[in-house]
Amino acid sequence: MFATATAGVLVSMSLAMVRAVLGPTVYDRVLAVNTFGTKTVLLIAVLGFLTERPEFLDLAIVYALINFIGTIAVLKFFEYGDLGRTRRVEEEAD
Amino acid sequence: MGLVLDVLSWVSIVGGMFFMIVGTVGILRMPDIYTRLHAAGMTDTLGAGLLLLAMCFQAGFGLIMVRLIIVYALLLFTSPIGTHALARAALSGGVVPYRAKVEGDTT
Repeated sequence: MFATATAGVLVSMSLAMVRAVLGPTVYDRVLAVNTFGTKTVLLIAVLGFLTERPEFLDLAIVYALINFIGTIAVLKFFEYGDLGRTRRVEEEAD
Repeated sequence: MGLVLDVLSWVSIVGGMFFMIVGTVGILRMPDIYTRLHAAGMTDTLGAGLLLLAMCFQAGFGLIMVRLIIVYALLLFTSPIGTHALARAALSGGVVPYRAKVEGDTT
């Protein structure tokens, strides 16, 4: 049962990786990596049930948090070119 | 009772895999970033939700079900925030929406 789910998640992860390689703009790549991370969370959870070690769910929770923070950090970096700057500080500097 | 739970798990897994693969094909085939975001949202809510529901059926009541609900709640809260931030960054980064490019109306 969970072997089928693992195969489905892996197929859709490989499709998302195709978009990450093809993507014309950087935002397409960020979207593909974000989707890939969400599917990695599911893969960790399904693998935990496949090997009958549901403690893997704790790793899935941590990975979901890291994925979200990483996406936001990469987007902020591409929008401002700096992780420590905010828009208000930038306007005041101008 | 075990057979009923197994059938429910199979239905949820097949449905979750369907939505997940359809959403990813949408990410591959949609014309620009905004429509791709729309396709990716379906993957995060229905695909992940049905797969986690199948795991809930197999786990039964207990701490493991609480952890599954926590994972789904995290995905449910962080996915729209990430999608919103991505669309806003793409708009301020100068990506023109698909129809606007076709009609020459960039507003």
